[in-house]
Amino acid sequence: MLRVIVRRLLQLAVTLFALSILVFVWLRSLPGGPVDAMLGDRATPERRALLVKALGYDQPILVQYWRFLQRTLVGDFGASTRSGDSVLSVLGRAFPATIELTVAAMIIAVGLGVPLGYLAARYRGRMPDNLSVVGTLVGISIPIFFLGYLLKDVFTQHLHWFPPSGRISIGMDNTHVTGFFVLDGILTREWDASADAIWHLILPAATLATIPLAVIVRITRASVLDVLNEDYVRTAEAKGLRAKVVRQRHVLRNALLPVVTTIGLQTGALLAGAVLTEKVFNWGGLGTEITNSISGSRDYPVLQAVLMLAAIVFIVVNLLVDLSYAVIDPRVRVR
Amino acid sequence: MPLLDVQDLSVVFARRGEKPFTAVDNLSFTVEPGQTVGLVGESGCGKSVTSLAIMGLLPRRGVRVSGRVLFEGADLLALRPEDMRDRRGRDIGMIFQDPLSSLNPVVPIGLQVAEVVERHFGRTRKAAMVEARDLLDAVGIPDPQRRLKEYPHQISGGMRQRALIAIALACKPRLLIADEPTTALDVTIQAQILTLLRQLVVDSDTALVLITHDLGVVAGLCDVVNVLYAGKVVETGTRHDLFANPRHPYTHGLLGSVPRLDSPRGERLTPIRGSVADNIPWAEGCAFAPRCDRVNDACIGDTVPLEAAPHGRLRCTNPVPQEVGV
Repeated sequence: MLRVIVRRLLQLAVTLFALSILVFVWLRSLPGGPVDAMLGDRATPERRALLVKALGYDQPILVQYWRFLQRTLVGDFGASTRSGDSVLSVLGRAFPATIELTVAAMIIAVGLGVPLGYLAARYRGRMPDNLSVVGTLVGISIPIFFLGYLLKDVFTQHLHWFPPSGRISIGMDNTHVTGFFVLDGILTREWDASADAIWHLILPAATLATIPLAVIVRITRASVLDVLNEDYVRTAEAKGLRAKVVRQRHVLRNALLPVVTTIGLQTGALLAGAVLTEKVFNWGGLGTEITNSISGSRDYPVLQAVLMLAAIVFIVVNLLVDLSYAVIDPRVRVR
Repeated sequence: MPLLDVQDLSVVFARRGEKPFTAVDNLSFTVEPGQTVGLVGESGCGKSVTSLAIMGLLPRRGVRVSGRVLFEGADLLALRPEDMRDRRGRDIGMIFQDPLSSLNPVVPIGLQVAEVVERHFGRTRKAAMVEARDLLDAVGIPDPQRRLKEYPHQISGGMRQRALIAIALACKPRLLIADEPTTALDVTIQAQILTLLRQLVVDSDTALVLITHDLGVVAGLCDVVNVLYAGKVVETGTRHDLFANPRHPYTHGLLGSVPRLDSPRGERLTPIRGSVADNIPWAEGCAFAPRCDRVNDACIGDTVPLEAAPHGRLRCTNPVPQEVGV
């Protein structure tokens, strides 16, 4: 197990190295750049040249990359060309926001998706099943930004149940410890801050949850249908076990194996930044950072860091999924 | 009173938009306490469906079960599902054909045995595990303490079938139904499992319904044999009478198609022509008639009744003549 982890982490390092080259070259081959963004259209050539030199963009790209690599390896990710904040502080603000949103969305998706998928399979071909098939189709096909604005319009403009955007109410003077507002409120016993943060989370999380929810319902349904036909479920019934034990120990424990993989992949994808949902709800996570630093400003340092972080998260989450598989399925030996 | 009295059991599979299919057709047989009764027939004759119907394990949708299954006088088919759940595993145990697929791959063997005692005897997990160890020991699994924590894929096929037998016998049921218990095993293991069944079931006072297509298994274990064809009993008799003197042409044919060690080299087996028809034409005479060498006019037209015969029951208008001196 330990050897597997070490080998996978080495693979991660190689992947990151390759990815860093790709991102570095790709960003600099885009038209425009941070200098244009900072100075605007009417800057004099002299001022441009000065700034280009100051930022080191006059050097050959290989030299630029070498410098970037040297700085990155000692933990210096530079500063945002847009705001001047250090990249680390930008990530420190945006990443907890994204994690919080992802966790909330996945709690909704798994908490609803597994029971709904089970019900659909159990009542195959009847009303619950038909509803789930139609519902998941809608869930997968509805555009996120449309759903987001729809929910926002209904629940904030008309019903006033939820706040329209942001992570916490303006004027809520909450103490920052970890950057996870819900957790911070619990740690500092500022219960009102926690409640406020959760209140802000519900709409964006529900929006972000639709696609993972639909996928989880479908995978659970298909998987449960497979397992219900297995001989060992018949054996469990022949033992006269209570319906609850048959369902949990014999059906779900087997049926959830493929669902765990799906949950991992979906979590990884959401952690990499939910661009559309964050945009609609002005969330301020990684997705927001990606949009803001690419449109117009070409904030190379922030973009590079965010894209690398997304890659790391995705790979690590997948590693965790593989390892958890070995724990929950005794037939799997991790190699 | 017989322990199990199956009366006119019929199972019809009827999916919407499809022609109903009769898998079991007015089947009747009895099992006395402690008796071993064989249900014999080729694939598709309704053996397994019969066992699932007795256990109440057939799906409720798309299946019509009628008749009566009296267990110690109580009709199992009339029980509420929850009451039947209380009896399964406690009064009636069952073992299945494929021991690998019949065990849950992600639950340790110990828990799979212990959960039955936990459920029916109200034992704690710890006490149930101790019993599970003793049960595994009783069915001849070596080092049972270690096996408790192992998973089905870690033990051999023979051991898996032993574990399933331990599960089925865990609550000391009065009736055990074994559906092709040796079919998925290789020959040496088959013999071991049969020996085990004889020790634990036949030689104790547990009754056994043994479902098989293997006449060798029947010859080794059964007191009484019911020969099934297309969902109906065609002949019943004690093992001795049936093997010595089969009267129904189908039984006769089954025995004739078994290879024998004492037959001359190069002699061909005598197969039964054709195979079981998909839909059962019992209403228009004998379902076996199209494959029968002794068919005559009386076989076609009316339903052939199951009638008392000197050695048991027989459903035939033109049986194989009784051998002289038997």
